[in-house]
Amino acid sequence: MKPVRVVSGRAVPLDRSDVDTDQIIPSDWLKRVERTGFGAGLFSDWRDGRDFVLNRPEHAGATVLVAGPNFGTGSSREHAVWALMDYGFEAVVSPRFGDIFRINCTKQGLLPVQVEPSLGRALIDAVIQDPSLELTIDVARGTIEAPGAGLSGTFPLDEFTRDRLLNGWDDIGLTLRHEKAISRYEQARPTWMPSAPARS
Amino acid sequence: MADRHTEPRALSEKVWERHVVSRTEGKPDLLFVDLHLVHEVTSPQAFDALRMAGRTVRHPELTVATADHNVPTTGLDRPVADPISAKQLEVLEANCASFGITCYPMGHSNQGIVHIIGPELGLSLPGMTVVCGDSHTSTHGAFGALAFGIGTSEVEHVLATQTLAQPRPATMAIEVDGALPAWVSAKDVVLAIIGKIGTGGGIGHVIEYRGSTIRSLSMEGRMTVCNMSIEAGARAGMIAPDDTTFAYIEGRPHAPSGARWEEALSDWRGLVTDEGATFDSTVRIDTSSLAPHVTWGTNPAQVVPIGGSVPHPDELVEPSAREAATRALEYMGLVPGTALRDVAVDTVFIGSCTNSRIEDLREAAQVLGGRQVREGLRALVVPGSHRVKAQAEAEGLDKVFIAAGFEWREPGCSMCLAMNPDKLSVGERCASTSNRNFEGRQGRGGRTHLVSPAVAAATAVAGHFATPDELP
Repeated sequence: MKPVRVVSGRAVPLDRSDVDTDQIIPSDWLKRVERTGFGAGLFSDWRDGRDFVLNRPEHAGATVLVAGPNFGTGSSREHAVWALMDYGFEAVVSPRFGDIFRINCTKQGLLPVQVEPSLGRALIDAVIQDPSLELTIDVARGTIEAPGAGLSGTFPLDEFTRDRLLNGWDDIGLTLRHEKAISRYEQARPTWMPSAPARS
Repeated sequence: MADRHTEPRALSEKVWERHVVSRTEGKPDLLFVDLHLVHEVTSPQAFDALRMAGRTVRHPELTVATADHNVPTTGLDRPVADPISAKQLEVLEANCASFGITCYPMGHSNQGIVHIIGPELGLSLPGMTVVCGDSHTSTHGAFGALAFGIGTSEVEHVLATQTLAQPRPATMAIEVDGALPAWVSAKDVVLAIIGKIGTGGGIGHVIEYRGSTIRSLSMEGRMTVCNMSIEAGARAGMIAPDDTTFAYIEGRPHAPSGARWEEALSDWRGLVTDEGATFDSTVRIDTSSLAPHVTWGTNPAQVVPIGGSVPHPDELVEPSAREAATRALEYMGLVPGTALRDVAVDTVFIGSCTNSRIEDLREAAQVLGGRQVREGLRALVVPGSHRVKAQAEAEGLDKVFIAAGFEWREPGCSMCLAMNPDKLSVGERCASTSNRNFEGRQGRGGRTHLVSPAVAAATAVAGHFATPDELP
């Protein structure tokens, strides 16, 4: 993962609640075994509508998606995160995220910016009003600011996730530092635990 | 691993504590994973990443794979028609072979939907941690396991380390009491719960389902309830194991036997929420007057009792709920105020990890015996696994379905998410026993209404939403 410190840029206002991961990347796209090239599938069912917000020229090149509550609920597909990043998004703002989507974001370096509902609403309205509005999200400070609209707020990020994002650390490498503790745990597992014989 | 705690704890906290490999203040706990289930859709990129990093699978014997999302439900003796699906299925088998993982591919007698085969093979047991790159992993919580869905990066992490770093979730008790009226099932209970707490109501929480109604459910009913925990946003759903649980498990292929069975049993009996333990939140549901439920919208919380009608968005208080309802009605092609019983369907789908077990098929077959599917209506049954299919055929259920006009198919996820050829077309309306009524979930432009197996069967006969006792 590449380190993520500050995201700044224009935003796309997605004024909908309960945007599940099936909408972010429809299941037809999940048949692929690659990890790249999912940007073309982002919101693909909705993008066929000419008026869909992502198709509007004033939002081309935006790096932040500002959505309604319960963004990324449903299916665990990490393809949703790959699609958002491949399209060019670096952060998603919502008052509430699906748990698995939020975790998937932090594994890939897409910032899940959870804001108070009132700020979320105000940001969507501000971006609709002024598509050129610049947003700045600072990982170390845990802040989101849109000075052009006089809006600012904070978002939660636990210390561990923040440090991982700031440094771009490899999760598996971090875990394997606990090799001794893992081995110790393995020795003490109950004997009734099931296992399937490993194939040679 | 001995429990040294003296303060009262909830079931989920007990199972969590016994899996902590390493704990550091200010960091997520590192948890050991007892069982890692794998399927073809969310694993190929994880295996690739392992290979690129020169890593291996730490515990292939704690990992079990099957093909379910892409598999066709007809013509298993023929090559898979869609070349992209075919490749994904081949890649799963190749990855499992090269990393030494047990895999049940298309056509194997143990193959089926990953959340159906774990329990039926005795792999999912009380007190375990179970993960899978699939959000409906919450199903296995019915056994008192801590079971949750993960993304592909976490799949890779579990393959490499057999652990996961997880922040500790909040706890929620859902107390369900009251007898269930006739033709009201576990599916209706969980739809009512989701209707009450919403799609985001469980976010950040592990739900424990408790109360007399839950205790009276069979294991299959409990799996249906836990399965849909994710539709309320919950990290996981759990039910404390009891004699119903133990009776289900005993004698299954991977279940412990002999002295190990006794050892396991004495351990499992302690897997209950202690008297005096507190939950971060509690929700109560009385089921004594519950009716079968039908969704009308495009998320599972948009649901009403079958005697109800399509709501008026203006009656909703929350602006975001109003906006969502307006959009949903447009997509679903429904007019506010329409009685659900007046809504005609084109297709009925009985299947998915929510409702494709033997009891679901028995319930539907009971309704269909001596009756006919409404003319012009498409109806299909997709058993959850080859074992379920074989059991149903041994009981003659296949003949009941076929005689009524249903298609009797091969096992897989099928029309729940339309990754195989079983899809709805644009505008096609479906009564489905699956778990998600999202836009396009069963095929682009398709309109999904979630129901129980009994309502699905009755609806197939009536041609519109109906309960079995309304049928002539």
